[in-house]
Amino acid sequence: MKKHIRKTAVLSILTTVALVLSYVEAILPPIWAAVPGIKIGLPNIIIIFILYKTGLKDAITVSVIRLFLVALLFGNAMTLLYSAAGAILSIALMTLCKKINLFSMVGVSIVGGVAHNLGQILVAMAIFETSQIGYYMLVLAVTGTIAGVFVGIAASIILKRFEKIKI
Amino acid sequence: MKNNNSQKNQKLRNDIILAVVIVFIAAAGLLLFVLTKQEGSTVAVKIDGVVTDTYPLSENREVSIKTGENDENINILTIKDGKASISEADCPDKICVETRAVSFVGETIVCLPHKIVIEITNEKTDDQIDVAV
Ligand SMILES: [Zn+2]
Repeated sequence: MKKHIRKTAVLSILTTVALVLSYVEAILPPIWAAVPGIKIGLPNIIIIFILYKTGLKDAITVSVIRLFLVALLFGNAMTLLYSAAGAILSIALMTLCKKINLFSMVGVSIVGGVAHNLGQILVAMAIFETSQIGYYMLVLAVTGTIAGVFVGIAASIILKRFEKIKI
Repeated sequence: MKNNNSQKNQKLRNDIILAVVIVFIAAAGLLLFVLTKQEGSTVAVKIDGVVTDTYPLSENREVSIKTGENDENINILTIKDGKASISEADCPDKICVETRAVSFVGETIVCLPHKIVIEITNEKTDDQIDVAV
């Protein structure tokens, strides 16, 4: 029981951190004006950390709560739909990548970053019934890879710091 | 320990291969796109997947695109010097306004919250047909 409460508290704090990171990312000026929508994916640092520290179930829980809070605070139903698609594909492919045990956290994070963009683009293509946005994905694949490297390094540093701390 | 280290190096190598493969594929695709792109002559306005209007890029103009149940959502499409852009919008993310002006066939500006896509096309407009005749 005590362990359960402790875990809930820690996960709540991590959800808050992920939410703050979402907010920071939302108010940051666009990284590259020519291609809007490029994001570092700062909240993913927390999601990957949880994925490695406590497992898939908690990562999904925190991710879902974050998605709804972000939509509620600074988005709408529409943005929820496409960020949810990104998050689901991202977590699914990251879990798969972690399972096959071929990549470090950085590789897993790269897959997560690219998958996040891919999920959003797929929804956009379905909603607008156009495949023309596809080339946009190519740019986002490159930026997703670069961002994934940084996110992965950050997450592995945090994981190392928490090595001796049980959640 | 030694075994652990070699596994670490192997993973690092796989990480790098993964990154290089993704960037290479994307770069090849973009190159293909850049090599095959051509200047468009018209801009199509799609709302919720349906083309509602088409304007020639040759004439400068400003069009107010109203969407939503009571026309409460507004995007201003600006055509200037053969390029189309969204100059103003009341959507929450403003991504469409931040997107640079487009002029090549297939280029799009998307406003997800308002379900609008501006797409450069190459439809024959009336005056072009005259020229051809
Ligand atoms: Zn917009």
